[in-house]
Formats: sequence, C-alpha cells, structure tokens
Amino acid sequence: MDVSDIRPATLTDDGRYIGKRVMRTEDDKLLKGQGAYVDDLHLPGMLHGAALRSPHAHARIVSIDTAAARALKGVHAVYTHADLPAPAQARVPSMLPNPAIRLDRGQELLASRETTFAGEAVAFVVAESRYIAEDACALIEVEYEPLPVSADCRKALEPGAPLCHSDAKDNIAAQVDVGFGDIAAAFDGAAHVVEETYWQNRGSAHSMETRGYVAEFHPASGQLTVWSSGQAPHHEKKNLATLLDWDPERLRVIMNDVGGGFGPKLPFYPEEGLVAVAAVDLKRPVKWIEDRREYFLTTTQERDQWWTIAVALEADGRIRGVRLSMIHDNGAFLPWGMITPYISITTTPGPYVIPAMAADLKVVFTNKGATSPVRGAGRPQAVFAMERILDKAARTLGMDRAELRRRNLIQPEQMPYDVGFIYRDGKPLKYDSGDYPACQQAALDHADYAGFAHRKAQARAQGRFLGIGLASFVEGTGMGPFEGATVRVQRNGRIAVLTGATPQGQGHKTTFAQIAAEQLHVQLEQVDVITGDTSGISMGVGTFASRITVNAGNSVYLAAQIVRQKLIKLAAFMLKCDETEITLGAGAASMLSNPDRRMGYGELAHISQGMPGFSFPEGFTGGLEETHYFTPSQSTYCNGTAVVELEIDRDTGQIKILDYVMAHDSGKLINPLIVDGQVIGSIAHGIGNATLEWMQYDEGAQPITTNFGEYLLPMATDVPNIRIVHLETPSPLNPLGVKGVGEGGTIPAAAAIVSAMEDALSEYGVIFTEAPLVPQRVFEKLKEAGAYEVPVLP
Amino acid sequence: MDTRKITTVVNGVTYEREVETRRTLGDFLRHELELTGTHYGCEHGVCGACTVLLDGRTARSCLTLAAQVDGHEIRTVESLARADGTLDELQTAFRECHALQCGFCTPGMLMTLTELLGETDDPSEEEIREAITGNLCRCTGYQPIVAAALLAARRLREAKAGASIQHKE
Repeated sequence: MDVSDIRPATLTDDGRYIGKRVMRTEDDKLLKGQGAYVDDLHLPGMLHGAALRSPHAHARIVSIDTAAARALKGVHAVYTHADLPAPAQARVPSMLPNPAIRLDRGQELLASRETTFAGEAVAFVVAESRYIAEDACALIEVEYEPLPVSADCRKALEPGAPLCHSDAKDNIAAQVDVGFGDIAAAFDGAAHVVEETYWQNRGSAHSMETRGYVAEFHPASGQLTVWSSGQAPHHEKKNLATLLDWDPERLRVIMNDVGGGFGPKLPFYPEEGLVAVAAVDLKRPVKWIEDRREYFLTTTQERDQWWTIAVALEADGRIRGVRLSMIHDNGAFLPWGMITPYISITTTPGPYVIPAMAADLKVVFTNKGATSPVRGAGRPQAVFAMERILDKAARTLGMDRAELRRRNLIQPEQMPYDVGFIYRDGKPLKYDSGDYPACQQAALDHADYAGFAHRKAQARAQGRFLGIGLASFVEGTGMGPFEGATVRVQRNGRIAVLTGATPQGQGHKTTFAQIAAEQLHVQLEQVDVITGDTSGISMGVGTFASRITVNAGNSVYLAAQIVRQKLIKLAAFMLKCDETEITLGAGAASMLSNPDRRMGYGELAHISQGMPGFSFPEGFTGGLEETHYFTPSQSTYCNGTAVVELEIDRDTGQIKILDYVMAHDSGKLINPLIVDGQVIGSIAHGIGNATLEWMQYDEGAQPITTNFGEYLLPMATDVPNIRIVHLETPSPLNPLGVKGVGEGGTIPAAAAIVSAMEDALSEYGVIFTEAPLVPQRVFEKLKEAGAYEVPVLP
Repeated sequence: MDTRKITTVVNGVTYEREVETRRTLGDFLRHELELTGTHYGCEHGVCGACTVLLDGRTARSCLTLAAQVDGHEIRTVESLARADGTLDELQTAFRECHALQCGFCTPGMLMTLTELLGETDDPSEEEIREAITGNLCRCTGYQPIVAAALLAARRLREAKAGASIQHKE
C-alpha cells in the first residue's frame, strides 16, 4: 500500500463547486506563515498574564500573600479571588442544565476557599512580559491545608468516600436511568447472556495550539474586544457579559485562525474572564497564552468511563436486549453539563436492532481536571463497549465476528429507524437514512476480510502474529438548534459570507465559499468568508459535534438562494424586463435575449443599498443580502465501519497497523478533499486513543503525564495510510443532504484496533477490556496467560 | 536583567539587537521581529511547531536562546515563498494534497521537509515519515503530508532534469 489514496485537488472551471476536490482558500497565508493565531496579536501597550496554580488535588486555601509579587518591577496587577469585581467572583455559569444533574458546579475564575484539582488557578499576575509575570507567580506565598482526595470514580461512590467538593453531600454530579422495551423478558428468555466490564481512560485533544486570549478595552466607546482561540464566540460572549456584567452591545469576541480545537476549546475557561477583567481594570490590552503544561492540567479531557455491559442473545446470534451500568468520571466540574456520558449511552445501540435496553449512568466528581467532549464525545467508549461485548458474544456462539454483526444490522428499508431513546437534542433518537449492511460489506470487501484467515496462518507459520478487527458506529451529527449565515453582495461585486461558527482547521471557508459561489454563479475566489466574529452575525451556537456543514452550510445555501432571487428581481427592474429574461453568470446579471444588456453585481449592490432618486421594485427590501438560521428538525445520523489488520510483536506488545479501511457515509460530500482529511485525521486521533494516549493520575489525583515525553501523541510512523470508502446516502433532513464527518474516524478506532490485537493473540486466550491498550499492558496480560513459557514456533 | 548584544541574519536580513539572555529564539522571532509564522506548541522541544533552520540545519527555536544565535543565520517559514509571493514546490504540494488543516504545525513541518528535500532529492515514504517524527500534527493524520512531500520531491527532480537538459542544449 502507498499514499496514493491522497488524490490532489482538481481544478474546476464549469461554475460547479459542490462535490469537487477544490483546493482550500485558507491555505495560502497559512503556508507562508501569515496566519493570525491569537498569540500572533501584538497590540500597543499590551501586558501579559500568568496564573499561579494549586499544586494540590484538593486543599483549603488558608492564606495568600501577594505583596512580594506586587512589588516586583514590571508587575501591573496581581489578582486573587477577593480582588475580582463581584460578578467575576461567581462561578462560570451553567450552560447545559439538565434535570438529571444534582450539582451543576462550574469553576471559579480564581479559587476562593478550596482548590479541587491540581492546576486550579489561585492568583493571576499581569506584567510587562510573560517572563516577569511568571517570576512574580513564584513570589506569591499560598498556605494550603491539603484535604482528602476523590481520585477513583468507583471508590468515590462508596459511603463515606472523601468529597471532591467539601460542601457537597456526595460525589454524584448526575444520575440517570434510561431504557426502552421489556428488558427483563429479553434476558429471561435468552439463549445466551454475555457480560463484561470495560475501562477507558482519559486523554486530551491536544490541539497543537493551546488556549489563549487577548482582551482590549476602549474607554472612549465602552467597547470590550476579546480575541480567543476557541470554538464558539457567541457562547464566550454570553459568559463574558455575565461575568463582567457587561452590555452585550459593547462586547465583541473574535476568533481569527484557531490552531485546532477538537472539543476542549468549547467550554468557557477562567483565564478568558481574567484577561477581560484585567484589561478593563488596567485600561491596557492583556494577553494570556496557555503553555502545554497548563493544557495538560487545566484544559478539559475525556474518556474516563467504567462500563459493565451485558447482552442477551438468541441461539442464532440475534440480540434480544442490552443492559449496562456506566460510571463516568467528570473531574472536578461540569463545564459542559452531562452531555458526554449521555451521548455515550445513546450511542450504544449503534447500527444494530436492539429490542430492549436498560442503562444506568452515574456521573461522578473527582479531584481531577474537568472533562467535556473530545473528538468523538463519549461515542468511542460506547462503541468500544458494544463492539467488544459483541466480540465476546461471537466467541461464545462460535460465530464469525462479522457474521454476528451482519445478522443484527438495521436494514435500509427500516429507515427512518426509531431507536427508542431520546437523543441529546431532546428529540427522539431516530436514524434518518443510511445503508448499514452495504457499509459493513464495503469495508469487509476492501479489507479482504474473507482472505484474512489465510494471511494470518501464513504469517503465524513464520512466527508472526496478525489480527483483524472491525467496529461500526452510528453518530448523531448536525445537531440544532441552529447556526446562521449572512450572504451579502458587496458594492465591489464580491460576495461576503458571515457566520458565527468558528473553524479550527475544518476548511469551512472553502466549503461555504463553494456553496455560495455555485448558487450565485461566481468564481470561488470572489467569495470572502468571515467566521468567528460576534459582530458579523448576531447569534451563533458554535463549532462542535460535527454540526457546522449541516447547520451553517445549509444556512449559506438557503441565504444565497434568496440573494440570487433578489439579484434577479432588481436586475429585471433596472433592465426593464421580465425576471425570466435574466440570467446570472460571471458576476453579472444579463438579459437572455440581449446579453449586452447587463449589470454587474457591484452595481446592483450599490443600488440595493440605497441611492437617492432610485426606487425599488415592489416587494424588494434593501440590500442584496440575507441572513438565514437553518434549524434542523432533528440530528442527522452518519455511520461507518472500520476494519483494521495489524501485526503485534509478542515480546513487546507493540503494534504495526498493516491495513486500515474506513467505509463511511456522511451524506452528500461538498468537498471530498476536505472530507478525506477529516476522516484520516480523526482516525489518527482514534489510533492515539487505542494504544498511546494515556493521561495518568496517581492515587492522590496528581497528574503524572504532563508533557509530550510522558503522554504520547501519534507520530508519522504510528499512523498508517488509511483507505477510505465513501458511501453517499443524502440526508433527507436538510436541503444539501449533508451529514457531519469530523468525528466519525475516531469513534470506532479503539474498538477495532483492540479487537485486532486480541485476535492476533487469540491462541493465548488473552482478553483485552481497556483502552488505551498500551504495550506494557499487553505484555502483562501475555505474561499472566503464560505466553512466554511457550516458544513462538514449535 | 541580564542582556546580550547579538547580530543575526534572519531570512536574509541582518538584525542587531540587545536581548535578554533568558529570551528564547522563538519568542525573539515571534514577538520582537514579529515573524509570527514560527509557532510554539509545547515549549519543551517535542512537538516541532517551532522548527527553524539554524545555519541550514533544523533547530527547535523553543529550546534555543536568542543569545545563542549571535553570528548565525536563521531561516523561518516566511522565507519559503518565492519573491513574487507564489508558493514554492513544497508549499504548493501541501496545498494540493490538503496537507494542512489548522495550519499550526505547518511551518515546522515545512522547515523539516525543506531540510530533507535539500539532502535527498528522492526520499522514500519511510524516510519522509521518519524525518517528521519530530513534528506532531493533530489534524491531518500525516498521510497527506507524506503525499505532499513525495509530490514536491518528484516535481523538483523533474524540474532539475528539465533544467539540465536545457543546459546541454
């Protein structure tokens, strides 16, 4: 296999852009080093912040002495909780309330009485440079009284367990029991019941750019501007308005280039409030840029879950019911409600017909950094539990793993398929479209699953261990309630598209330009897409949950259609002809019968924006522009199957992935070049989750992997060439027929890889129940199983 | 504050500056010369986003002090594009192969691969992968970067072959 699956971009000159491998409009400046990331911003008189953080996982703050820090030359201010204005002494507001949440606790900007994870900020210094600010942090004396620690989410549920928050009655953040069908009958009459407990440990997103914020206050206008490396500018604006008690009309959040996000840049963090408070207080711009150690300590993480799952089956392998109980370690706070574990629960059924299900979920506080969605958002854990238990069921029944799954797949004629749950968007979890059997088969065919037994036997005869694994998923994407876009013809004839959704590398600017250019019959280069600026559009939800092309993309599409109609109407009025006589092309409206009679878009825009002496046709409102907020009726569900073939070194537990096939269906593709990138990149993330990325804490909840030497991200030599099979079942739920694609690759990766590892070592009977499955664990399991007492070859 | 006077050539321009001895080269480039194309991803020498060429060899600008480059020559990502503003072969291939998404690791990747393509005109896929193990990318899964490096190497070879044929004529 080579890298030939990467097909370079192609040129398009027929005015059609949707479905084409169009080169990205973002790239030129990024390749020249001319990006505008938040730390690239240099404002006159700018000061720099640094945070002093608690070294304890849980401690009472006895006293803080900042005198020496304040006295240091170059220091402009030192803030503790008591120094903050009253509204900023509140906790970060709850964004996702839910009746199942018992204690909806957000973080304070600076801890007031107790710190509840190692890394929680207790003081914030603002100085002439970051260097001086860090010097000053070292001069602050904090007296702590260490408190007992909630470190293990299972032990945290025991009576009398140490409390994460001293004022709470226990460590349960949220609790829910959900299900459908007759679960008792499903298990009572079952031919087989298989059960297992699975553990998945947390990692983090580790966008290559850390978090960062700059705030600037203009006393003359009362305007506060905040630049952020985030995912949801309007969400950050709402929180800033609350924490600073600020007039929203005088508050602007801007996200220029963002160096990756993958989920954790979505919640609101204390440091953003702190730079804003300081900028207002000092009347100087203030910058704070997170360093990587701070990212390890304070930026949200995900995946910590313990699952006990049981499946009841018929003798022929058909599933009768699934019962599970799951404990989710949320860390010390709920920055994104209980969304992640709830998504886990509702993702469990996957592409399979499951007549009955019962799930019991407990969300637990521990004295660790908080968790919130990381690429995949609770789904990788669900797919891991479900696919691993199906592997066990296949072993129990003596049936091929793919065959067992095939017998349970939802058939295309069953669409739309009502799973039985209520999804996170509050709507019934109803799969809208897709051909799951075709997708599974495509993956198996491309991977030559049928020929694997032969390959495995041949390799084994040479003393090598080959395994194959598969996993499938269904993912709710394109969640509402809405995302908006404004499409405007400017007086220079160019098209502006404005949306609140902020890209962090997904190529939205290209995708939206493709949609708008095709509707308005202009070249792609004539479209300027402006993202992530709260002054550009009044409302926005944010870039997360694989929702932007569905929501904002359709908004661009629908708004552009209105603008096209306005162009035609105004041109017909000006050219004194019937609207059917107008044709659009090359940035102008012309008469079909007399192409010399034409008006440029710029000229029409000029007229549409109001000129004395010119009137409008009847029913025409000012401006060649339209704002649309596309509001989907429910989420749209993408699906996929991963098949992984790998070799494992028995002596070291190291794997080498030999073939990775991903068949996926994310509906209509706007730009296959970008979609390929999303699929491959998200698989790389999943490979990290499967065998490398392990955020570790000791028994006292002290983080012990806080740099890239201790916490391993996949390198170029860890990620194989991925083979992608695109299936395109258009979603019936939106005009473009699109579904989300940003997370699909991550979701089945750990399940498929660990399945393949287990398969490779099947002769030793080792069972793997955890992710990440790091080499030393493979070694331990093999040693326990006595593998090293027998030679590899007889 | 302990300072040193340094003279350094960055992208062909000579700078004489008084720098704090503890100031890193990356901070000097980014915040003093405002060459912000070089990025900091980890500040402990693992991620490679801050990679620059120091006298033609890759170096971590986060682990190098500005005071250390006195009398030395630096190249950053800003030097790669041609004088007319068009992209060089490697940058062009990156764009065509979608070898960047968020773009944050890209400058470091480009500098490492610029060094590689200067050393060998026909690198294998394995050599390219090995060369960029010191550059972490969280977006692309590396495959498009490898494809772009292979494409750029091929075009550079073809251009060289074409040039030598012309020369003979």
